[in-house]
Amino acid sequence: MSGKTLVTIKGVRDGLVFVLDDRCEWDSLLKELEDKLTRHGQQLSGAAMQVRVRLGRRQVNEDAKEKIRDIIGRYGNLLVESIESDAEGPPAIPRDNLPLYRMSGIVRSGQTVEHDGHLLLLGDVNPGGTVRCTGDIYILGALRGIAHAGCEGDTGAIIAASLMMPMQLRIANVISRPPEEWVSEDSRMEFAYLRGGVMEIDRITQLHRFRKEATLSKGV
Amino acid sequence: MGEAIVVTSGKGGVGKTTTTANLGTALAMLGKKVCLVDTDIGLRNLDVVMGLENRVIYDLIDVAEGRCRLGQALVKDKRFEDLLYMLPAAQTKDKNDITPEQVKAIVEELKPDFDYVIIDCPAGIEQGFRNAVAGADKAIVVTTPENAAVRDADRVIGLLEKTRIGSPKLLINRIRPSLLKRGEILDVDEVCQVLAIDLIGIVPDDETVIKHANQGEPIVMNPQSRAAIAYRNVARRILGETVPLMPLEEKEGFMRKVRKFFGMG
Repeated sequence: MSGKTLVTIKGVRDGLVFVLDDRCEWDSLLKELEDKLTRHGQQLSGAAMQVRVRLGRRQVNEDAKEKIRDIIGRYGNLLVESIESDAEGPPAIPRDNLPLYRMSGIVRSGQTVEHDGHLLLLGDVNPGGTVRCTGDIYILGALRGIAHAGCEGDTGAIIAASLMMPMQLRIANVISRPPEEWVSEDSRMEFAYLRGGVMEIDRITQLHRFRKEATLSKGV
Repeated sequence: MGEAIVVTSGKGGVGKTTTTANLGTALAMLGKKVCLVDTDIGLRNLDVVMGLENRVIYDLIDVAEGRCRLGQALVKDKRFEDLLYMLPAAQTKDKNDITPEQVKAIVEELKPDFDYVIIDCPAGIEQGFRNAVAGADKAIVVTTPENAAVRDADRVIGLLEKTRIGSPKLLINRIRPSLLKRGEILDVDEVCQVLAIDLIGIVPDDETVIKHANQGEPIVMNPQSRAAIAYRNVARRILGETVPLMPLEEKEGFMRKVRKFFGMG
């Protein structure tokens, strides 16, 4: 384990703030939280204290929040007031668990491909063709038609395409029509995402800045 | 056993009937026995373009409903000995008066007697399209270098891919080199990139096509026309020959080059 502190406890006027690291593995985070509380158990006894937990950009579901409440709640005098996450969008759908549907071929004018989960299309979407799914859309080919990602309201979904020349892009309830709102700048692979409810386009190499997924790369 | 090829496009006015007439004539000129079938019931034109209008006695519907034998309805084009025939569409009925099964049966009956059965499809993707496609083994999708025509071609290709015909061949019609040079119309590569099917030919726009159609003489019979050469090339490709795409630019004559050199062109 590196020396990096995963759990930082700060005292504020009306209680304590637990700042939890948002890039590490979930299990090691919980472990350190427990360790810290055991070690500082003495200092934490006394009058009841309000605790606010900050998760940073990590997206967690209700179960995970309950786990944090449970661990902190074991120390009699601590009351969890809130658990906050900066991550955009509702964390309701753990996006990693959606199935990935892979298909090859051309989605031609008048044809629609719909799927629950993420979609990987090896081929083009032609003008007048539509792809729609509840998760992300990845197109290894040209997107010239309509793509609708996160069609059940996931504002964190993305649309990636090798050649981004769409008639329309939709993520959750946001619809954008190039080139009024944005212009594809180069012919490299790009992705579309929502920032503050507005469609943005960026090169695929910038995706990690938006997605802030827990870094799982192991090794040196 | 011959091969049935349907000529279709989705959009109207891109040159399906002209293409059918000219490919059929070109194949007959190459010594193949060809039957043209007009399935545009209610709006028949193929007989007009072929100049055979006044010789129509029975039509497709008459054959389907058993009022005559198939052989009686075929109109023979006397310009080509015993090589070119046409089965006209009915003018007084509409597309719903015949079923895809009936058309298929007629085409199947024609195939043993001909090398090629070329079916002229009506515009649209409804009953008329289903009738025309039913008996075909292969398809040629005609488009022009315009967005609207390419969209419709794409739609039709999608529908064809779901039938037993599979991937059709593409013919880009009425290309105007002057507009192409100025980038005002789609170029051949752009069209092919979007539609992603094999190209069987490109035909330059040629004003004399209309003149010939009005005279009831398919343009392929006039070797001076560039469109004629393009259609002949397509016919040769249908026969399996490898023919390079013709350059779209008109070749400049020697005197014109000289004048241009001196800045007088």
